[in-house]
Amino acid sequence: MPNPTDLKYTAEHEWLREDGDVATVGITAFAAEKLGDIVYIELPRVGTTVSAGSIVGEIESTKSVGELYSPVSGEVTEVNDAVVGSPELVNSEPFGAGWLVKVRVTALGETMDSVAYDTLTGA
Amino acid sequence: MTSSFARRHIGIDSSAQARMLEVVGHSDLEQLMLSAVPEPIRVEHFRSAEDSFLPTPVGEREALEELRALANLNKVRRSFIGQGYYGTITPSVIKRNVLENPSWYTAYTPYQPEISQGRLEALLNFQTMVTDLTALDIANASMLDEGTAAVEAMLIARRASTVDSNVFVVDADVFPQTLSLLEGRAKPLGIELVVADLTKDDAPLGFGVLVQYPASSGRVVDPSAVFARAKAAGAISVAVADLLALTLLTPPGELGADIAAGTTQRFGVPLGFGGPHAGYLAVRSGLERNLPGRLAGVSKDANGEPAYRLTLQAREQHIRREKATSNICTAQVLLAVMASMYAVYHGPSGLRAIAEDVHAAATQLAELLAAAGQPVAHAEFFDTVVIPVPGRASDIAAAVAEAGMLIRVVDPDTVSVSVDELTTRAEIAQIARLIAGGAASSAASAASAASSAVASATDSATGSSNRIPAGLRRHSAFLTHAVFNTHGSETSMMRYLKRLADYDYALDRGMIPLGSCTMKLNAATEMEAVSWPEFAGLHPFAPAADVAGSLALVKQLELWLADVTGYDSVSLQPNAGSQGELAGLLAIRAYHLANGDTQRTVCLIPSSAHGTNAASAVLAGMRVVVVACDDHGNVDLTDLRSKISENANELSALMITYPSTHGVYEHDVLDITQAVHDAGGQVYVDGANMNAMTGYARYGDLGGDVSHLNLHKTFCIPHGGGGPGVGPVAAKAHLAPYLPGHTLAQSSQHVLLAGDTLSSIEHGGTQISAAPYGSASILPISWAYVQMMGLEGIRQATASAVLAANYVAVRLRDHFPVLYTGENGLVAHECILDVRPLTAATGVTVDDVAKRLIDYGFHAPTMSFPVAGTLMVEPTESEDIAELDRFIDAMIAIRAEADQVAEGVWPADNNPLVNAPHTAADLTGDWDRPYSRETGVYPFANTSSELDAHTRVDRIRGKYWPPVRRIDNAFGDRNLVCSCPSPEAFASS
Repeated sequence: MPNPTDLKYTAEHEWLREDGDVATVGITAFAAEKLGDIVYIELPRVGTTVSAGSIVGEIESTKSVGELYSPVSGEVTEVNDAVVGSPELVNSEPFGAGWLVKVRVTALGETMDSVAYDTLTGA
Repeated sequence: MTSSFARRHIGIDSSAQARMLEVVGHSDLEQLMLSAVPEPIRVEHFRSAEDSFLPTPVGEREALEELRALANLNKVRRSFIGQGYYGTITPSVIKRNVLENPSWYTAYTPYQPEISQGRLEALLNFQTMVTDLTALDIANASMLDEGTAAVEAMLIARRASTVDSNVFVVDADVFPQTLSLLEGRAKPLGIELVVADLTKDDAPLGFGVLVQYPASSGRVVDPSAVFARAKAAGAISVAVADLLALTLLTPPGELGADIAAGTTQRFGVPLGFGGPHAGYLAVRSGLERNLPGRLAGVSKDANGEPAYRLTLQAREQHIRREKATSNICTAQVLLAVMASMYAVYHGPSGLRAIAEDVHAAATQLAELLAAAGQPVAHAEFFDTVVIPVPGRASDIAAAVAEAGMLIRVVDPDTVSVSVDELTTRAEIAQIARLIAGGAASSAASAASAASSAVASATDSATGSSNRIPAGLRRHSAFLTHAVFNTHGSETSMMRYLKRLADYDYALDRGMIPLGSCTMKLNAATEMEAVSWPEFAGLHPFAPAADVAGSLALVKQLELWLADVTGYDSVSLQPNAGSQGELAGLLAIRAYHLANGDTQRTVCLIPSSAHGTNAASAVLAGMRVVVVACDDHGNVDLTDLRSKISENANELSALMITYPSTHGVYEHDVLDITQAVHDAGGQVYVDGANMNAMTGYARYGDLGGDVSHLNLHKTFCIPHGGGGPGVGPVAAKAHLAPYLPGHTLAQSSQHVLLAGDTLSSIEHGGTQISAAPYGSASILPISWAYVQMMGLEGIRQATASAVLAANYVAVRLRDHFPVLYTGENGLVAHECILDVRPLTAATGVTVDDVAKRLIDYGFHAPTMSFPVAGTLMVEPTESEDIAELDRFIDAMIAIRAEADQVAEGVWPADNNPLVNAPHTAADLTGDWDRPYSRETGVYPFANTSSELDAHTRVDRIRGKYWPPVRRIDNAFGDRNLVCSCPSPEAFASS
């Protein structure tokens, strides 16, 4: 699955899509594939204040348990209840229906564009 | 001298040995070992065989005679001591068909679920039993004992609580061994343990509270007020609860507890001088992902039918490594199966009747004492009556002991009596007489009056009055599932146990070549003494004089293990390898603290290490720094030196495994340990792979300061389907004072073997198990092994294990690359077969190979440890060449099948490998696969052209049939079901 060019990426394999001051965050197809079958997702509560680089959730697959790092600072405005109920959405549509949280951004963490991320992941 | 037993234990006879040596290119066994084991570490450089303390080997009959002599030194009195350990009747149908049945005790942990459906069902029964009785939502299967289950409950509370506090509050009325475990384990983690009276309205709360229910003093007190206060504050409530009592008492879940912990010992598992027994841990919904240990769950197989597996395995400590919050690994499967079957056999009404009898006997005791004018401390109790006897406690206990019974001396002025399933009315009357009669011992006439009061009251004291508080009587139903209401006749029970055993693959069917697990023979003679009443019937806190035989056995085993490891002192207390690891690291921590080196907290761990190493280090309050490994899988010496210098001042320890987790004798080990010592650090050597060392090299000589051993690997204790384990910790003299202590131990003195001088030393370190000698009742197994093998037999076993691994490696290397070898191209006692090139070329995965091995009649080797996409094979010394060849033939045939996939004969998504394993049901119904049914189910019949007709027929007739097709892991993790599925679940599929 190619990495969409309109998204920003982090070294921890999250993507974010900015829409005004709200960023939608998910994990990349690369990360989802590495994790394997995702079975459980724990997301922060709406209203939580998060800071860039901090742990905001947990993603569990049949092989491992990984942390979800926030790529931005701000306040969580929405979480994707659909992926909590059907974690496999992250495997099937990581850049779409498998998004995880929306954050009202006060500051952006370190990100890269899709070209840099392609290089990082050898895509 | 070679013992007569050695040739029974070692599967390779002399002609097979010659053939195998030829294949691996060595002239004799000693020469093979000289080539394999690096020269500088060999034991002969450190001491001569003549100085060994290992016994001269004896035959099986003589070993049993010696064990009988030790058993006769024990005196089994009826125990009324209680404190978490109670007399119980093991139903004979369970003793004979489970405890003494190799189909149950020689199985491995059910990581390959398709061939483990029987014990997974038994474990689901166990979990259902625990959740029903505690009225909580999810239980695991199982914990090592009650005390460590309470510790794990504390650790869950710390993670789950929303309170910003490091305080954990424990009710003052808990068992002393549990309190001291909690204290010892809290300290390195910065948890402050506060002991308080939690029945008070203003008791402190912290991040969690723990209450014993019923309490240590026997009282039955409603904890719901303190649980409600805890909940309001965001703290977590823990009830340590007696499962038998819960058939009559309002269960913890209905009182507001978030977690329940305890033991299932009194459900038919013998006292065993302290263990092994299955502890339990249950949580309310929402905390299940914080549960440590192993959790059986329901998923579905490739046909969509319900099938069982271990669930949420990704959260196990060995995956989480330094992020782990628990190091619990081994469970107590065999004992959990026994306890669950006790519930299956008795059913809810039977269990309740046992509890009512117990309660009636306790009530009768209180009534008899009251009639004689002797008060009791608490009016409300379940099974334990505490009696104030100012100044007379010891005298009374002595008089009761004289009569063949043991009661607990709480303090000089108090005794306590805990009754159990075995208690008779006559015993109660006698105890009452001895207690009440003594109340007036100064006046003989008064004494006799009191005695006659007891005697006359004995008829009227029916024990029918209910001493359970009215508000705490249980009204909710439990064990309503059919399985607990079907097998009440012995015929039905026997057949149920047989059916479940038949689902599973254990050592009584064939080889289990699991790398790093050492699935060697568990000889029948070694097992014999486990169920002797002189070993099985002892209470862990019985007086020293009563347990002299067991203590003598412990001392001998300590000495032999010290001798064979090159250490100075050994503690047999840890109940599993992980606990031995933790005990060893806590000893290192204590040593540094005693030297004033409070800053030494860094633990170096190679990247190849088993994940439990890192988890244990975290729980010992250490910070993990990972050391890289080189391309050969060895510790990268350059990286090690730089990590040491970066952390020189803070270096606490290095943990290494020897031979390495890659199954190689690392040549640089002496340089590695020297570098750590030069920097002031201590060396922990993980003894998981000791089966490649024993008799040829010793951890103490390699520069190890402390190690744990796995008696359930190297020293023949069976795996029990996933426990019990025994993980002794062995250390050099400077760490010995910090090995696990126990305030209730009959003796704190342990063997000290300094050089060739034998003396004793006190172990005073952090308590690691609930019982002073851990799983004492299974120590005769390892004792018998050493006694029957002697040094020479053990050396032969080691060399034969190394020969077998190298034979497999050489014969399979053209089909699957052998990933790592050491000096002279040799592996140690196991070899890693690399499946990744095959996966890249054909799409056939390591899972496919493992599951296809089931069709060929094998348990798979260890999968993806220590390297993902590989299989690690450890044949052990106990397999004969025919079985080794059968395995090799199967692997070669599987490789040929994979090649057919690569050649396009079979599609990548529909071939015998991806569809494996095949069940008997595959022989019926439609068949639309591009290979024959025969290829599916009888692959060995087609491919083993060299088989003679008789062998071929035998294999076809004796084929192992897996009961389910491949199990869907993701489905089970996504849809968590951890109790017995309803009959409808099967109907709908």
